[in-house]
Amino acid sequence: MSATNYDVAVIGAGVVGCAIARQLSRYQLKLALIDAAEDVAMGASRANSAIVHAGYDCPPGSVEARLNVKGNAMYDAWCADLDVPIQRIGSLVIGFDEQDEKVLEELYDRGIKNGVPGMELISGDRAREIEPSLSGEVTKALYAATGAISCPYQMTIACAENAKENGCEWLLGHPVTEMKVVDGVVEITMGEEKITAKHVVNAAGVFADEVSAMLGDSSFTVSPRKGEYMLLDRTATSVKTVIFQTPSKLGKGVLVAPTVDGNMFAGPTAVNQTDKLDTSVSQEGIDQLSALSRKSVPTINLRSVITSFAGVRAQPSTGDFIIQISEVCPQLIQAAGICSPGLTSAPAIAEEVDSLLRKAGAELVEKEDYNPIRKAIPEFRHLSNEERTQLIEKDSRYGRIICRCETITEGEIVEAIRRGARSLDGVKRRTRAGMGRCQGGFCGPRVMEILSRELGIPMTELTKFGGNSRLLTGVLKED
Amino acid sequence: MKKFVDIAVIGGGPAGLAAALEAWRAQPELNILIIERDHEPGGILQQCIHNGFGLHFFGEELTGPEYAGRFIAEVKKTSIEIMTDTMVLELNNERKILAVSAENGLIEIEAKAVVLAMGCRERTRGALNIPGSRPAGVYTAGCAQRLVNMEGYMPGKKVVILGSGDIGLIMARRMTWEGAKVEVVAELMPFSSGLNRNIVQCLVDNNIPLKFNHTVVRVDGRERVEAVTIAEVDPATKRPIPGTEETYECDTLLLSVGLIPENELTNGAGVEMDRITSGAVVDETRQTSIPGVFACGNVLHVHDLVDNVSNEAKLAGLSAAQYVAGGEKKVEKYHSVNATNGVRYAVPQRISADASGKLDVYFRVGNAYRPAKLVVRCGEEVLATRRKAIMTPGEMEKITLDADKITGDITLEMEA
Ligand SMILES: Cc1cc2nc3c(=O)[nH]c(=O)nc-3n(C[C@H](O)[C@H](O)[C@H](O)COP(=O)(O)OP(=O)(O)OC[C@H]3O[C@@H](n4cnc5c(N)ncnc54)[C@H](O)[C@@H]3O)c2cc1C
Ligand SMILES: Cc1cc2nc3c(=O)[nH]c(=O)nc-3n(C[C@H](O)[C@H](O)[C@H](O)COP(=O)(O)OP(=O)(O)OC[C@H]3O[C@@H](n4cnc5c(N)ncnc54)[C@H](O)[C@@H]3O)c2cc1C
Repeated sequence: MSATNYDVAVIGAGVVGCAIARQLSRYQLKLALIDAAEDVAMGASRANSAIVHAGYDCPPGSVEARLNVKGNAMYDAWCADLDVPIQRIGSLVIGFDEQDEKVLEELYDRGIKNGVPGMELISGDRAREIEPSLSGEVTKALYAATGAISCPYQMTIACAENAKENGCEWLLGHPVTEMKVVDGVVEITMGEEKITAKHVVNAAGVFADEVSAMLGDSSFTVSPRKGEYMLLDRTATSVKTVIFQTPSKLGKGVLVAPTVDGNMFAGPTAVNQTDKLDTSVSQEGIDQLSALSRKSVPTINLRSVITSFAGVRAQPSTGDFIIQISEVCPQLIQAAGICSPGLTSAPAIAEEVDSLLRKAGAELVEKEDYNPIRKAIPEFRHLSNEERTQLIEKDSRYGRIICRCETITEGEIVEAIRRGARSLDGVKRRTRAGMGRCQGGFCGPRVMEILSRELGIPMTELTKFGGNSRLLTGVLKED
Repeated sequence: MKKFVDIAVIGGGPAGLAAALEAWRAQPELNILIIERDHEPGGILQQCIHNGFGLHFFGEELTGPEYAGRFIAEVKKTSIEIMTDTMVLELNNERKILAVSAENGLIEIEAKAVVLAMGCRERTRGALNIPGSRPAGVYTAGCAQRLVNMEGYMPGKKVVILGSGDIGLIMARRMTWEGAKVEVVAELMPFSSGLNRNIVQCLVDNNIPLKFNHTVVRVDGRERVEAVTIAEVDPATKRPIPGTEETYECDTLLLSVGLIPENELTNGAGVEMDRITSGAVVDETRQTSIPGVFACGNVLHVHDLVDNVSNEAKLAGLSAAQYVAGGEKKVEKYHSVNATNGVRYAVPQRISADASGKLDVYFRVGNAYRPAKLVVRCGEEVLATRRKAIMTPGEMEKITLDADKITGDITLEMEA
């Protein structure tokens, strides 16, 4: 069997890989987007703080700093094209004592060096005017007007969909297990299947070191650092801005922020671990977040927590994003070690990879019919009554509510499946069905029925998120 | 689509059905509409295929669907209209309702009176902050009940249950009968929140251990649940005691950790709420703080017996009919009903000064009392006393008062 030959294969369908795929889909290239998971956004891009960072905490002169500030500036345009939410609500780093105040000044200076616009050092009182729920103990704050919130998995999904629309092929559920260069092209083995590609982009998140090593480049390692979160119900009074505490050695400090969907959340912790896939939540983490979030926002109602979750950061041994043509294998372009602020930087990383590909000799010719626009699934809950009526007239399934907490219709769920959802979590990330206060207790079985019907697979084969995450263990025995 | 009705009942469970029926019986000429989001009326009873309903109300033991079926059959004989597959999205303080269905699209309904009967939902894992991984195989007991009883699927084979609420107990038995192994039921409190008869029939009879003062401290398994660890808690702090952990290999964790009244619509309309019941504040007619809006059943406070739901709903339905027939009656003065000293809550929360006749007050205690003595006072005067061998938070209690004797605020409290 002859293997399919691609011009470029992007390994990893997180926000970085998907942004790159979208960027490259404008060119006349045979392009593949590969991921081990059966859906996109299954790694760090699914569970993070969702902040479009201003860019004051990256070390001046680093790749991170440059791409963060550039990525932040690109976000509005990308979100507009891709129909992804972004809210420029501003961020505050708060200080409680002299030591913190010194840190704030350092951050401010760093921000100036990094070229961050719209920063201001303000008094505790001024900070409380901006954010009334802030602790009375806050003495000083760094305000950054460009700090924003977005939705990491929607961004990832939107990029992937737009790339596909423009001809990129998705090879999901395809773990890359082996690669070698044969006659100048890379032969990529994914279990039983093989493809070739002239260029490979490594965007494999925490596994980027292992993917790189498959082509002989072991110049860096990536170590996992977990961050845990608590998410609160929408009815809990929310904050208006992103509130960081001063950063520690392990991360940007615990934050309290609203999500674009109007929930509030607190996190992340920072726990170094050896297991790259461990996203479990610990009691210590929950306790730590409770204490720290109360320190920022004393009125936070922790009784309204509806779920907790964790994501794993990819900490590079080099201390900076690794975005370059591999010195060992010229066919390999690294987009590795993308720790925070990877979400923010993704659009800028995509442009960076674009120019690296040119440098590596790829012929990048623009397509005439490239379409940068991607439309989100209609959201019944956010439509006006006239729009709702029109939608239901076109497709009556938009009149059937399946998820009662978030008011998600059957029409939205069917559309999510059409666009690639294969599991309960896949539907959830695309529509919010099951993300509300009952966490799928009500709609779970109903969404399963729709998945089974639309995909034509038996209920007992359905999974929560692919692999062996089967939801049911069998049918009832006959009496 | 636009509709004008005399009474709109939101929710077609046992509460909504009984309320509509009673309103119709009082005023058969009224235009009464039940709005139900499911394919059929009956509410949560449709998935409760076990026996044990109606002992008080019908004097015989029925299954959930049978109990609901009796009401549905009665309703079908009347002029009451039922709209199924129709979800109410909004209610405002002028009793205007926005609903939606695939068949009719958006529906605006103006009602002279509204009965809230939306029932409740289950508390989830997130609300408990259970540490560990988040694999497939963690279900609320009611969700598992639906999968088994209505869809015919087994959600798991080896099960640990957290919480001894009634649904969890019933599911322990159901899953056992279907060939699953229920390893243990862990209960955080030193007593069960379920009915005693369910503990005996569901756990004891099936040799399933029930461990009080225990909670789940960890879930393991990357893709599907592989193990659940429980530990004993310090009864005072509810914190796990290190060293008491026990790990059960299993594929499923069922949660039966409480029900929460489903009051998004009620909140949206701006109805005054009771922090303890998570339901509306009502008077003895079950009228909320918005005139012409009534509430009954699990949306008002969580009931353990559907029989009580039916009785409360009859009252709310009758009140709604009287409201429509007689117009808004200005209540001059309310006496408040205060739950203190071991009584967690009481419904109704207030009683109008001109109430008369016999009047039932439902309440729950906050702890296990054995023996138990409840005293109801109006000022210094004792209005009623109730002694029982045992009262627990798991069983809703009722006391009947003579409304004519209520001349001021009243207090319910436990005494030694
Ligand atoms: C706790 C936390 C908080 C964060 N907060 C922020 C924030 O607020 N703002 C911000 O800008 N950034 C934030 N980040 C960083 C951001 O989330 C990441 O930088 C970004 O998601 C990385 O995207 P990625 O595509 O590189 O990796 P991932 O999303 O992890 O994707 C990598 C993909 O590669 C696939 N893969 C791996 N190996 C193989 C293989 N052999 N074959 C096939 N596929 C493979 C994986 O399945 C995975 O889907 C945070 C991160 C964490 C963990
Ligand atoms: C799983 C379970 C097991 C039980 N077991 C027993 C038992 O063994 N014995 C016993 O006596 N009692 C039992 N009970 C208690 C009893 O069944 C309930 O108290 C009773 O069903 C409550 O009636 P309800 O009408 O208030 O609520 P529900 O039965 O929950 O009905 C509410 C209805 O409102 C509808 N609704 C909600 N919101 C909307 C909206 N926005 N638009 C349209 N429709 C809406 C819902 O679809 C539902 O049909 C059990 C309860 C549960 C939850």
